[in-house]
Amino acid sequence: MRIARVIGTVVGAAHHPTYDGRKVLLLKPEQPDGDSAGNAFVAVDQVQAGVGDRVLVLVEGTGVRQILGADAGPIRSLIVGIIDHIEYDDAQRN
Amino acid sequence: MLRTSAIMYLGRVIGNVVASQKMAGLEGQILLLVQPLDEYQKPCGPKEVAVDTVKAGPGSLVYLVGSREAALALEQTFVPVDAAIVGIVDDLEVQV
Repeated sequence: MRIARVIGTVVGAAHHPTYDGRKVLLLKPEQPDGDSAGNAFVAVDQVQAGVGDRVLVLVEGTGVRQILGADAGPIRSLIVGIIDHIEYDDAQRN
Repeated sequence: MLRTSAIMYLGRVIGNVVASQKMAGLEGQILLLVQPLDEYQKPCGPKEVAVDTVKAGPGSLVYLVGSREAALALEQTFVPVDAAIVGIVDDLEVQV
């Protein structure tokens, strides 16, 4: 799973039927310390996340299908948690 | 680094691709040329060909799904497709 920040909402009337009733958010991947970890991407929200939240994102299709079951269809990235905080093990921190 | 093309991402339709001879599963599918975009809607990464499932047109801001899941957007799901347009963006609110 990846760490990302919700930076926007994606709204559109025309979409694949799989996306009916689903909230689509724009995310920016982050390192644990908040640095950018790549270009923004889009994900389907499963946990009522909102703009500004730091979230846990599943970006692997098989796992997404395990959660959404037969309804998964063409969805590859799914927000599965809102991160409260991250703790480093001091001994491992470099 | 997360490879954008491996997940779901924004893009701009910049053209269409005509291929009269293609594999059976691709017959009748609309192929569009897409420029992947970042959160500022600036181009990021190489242009690519995506199958269209939502009747997007030139200039449309869209979101796509990449990799194996792209084929799941089609009725026939075992087809050689690795990018599919699955939504047209009417409104994008970004707070970076």
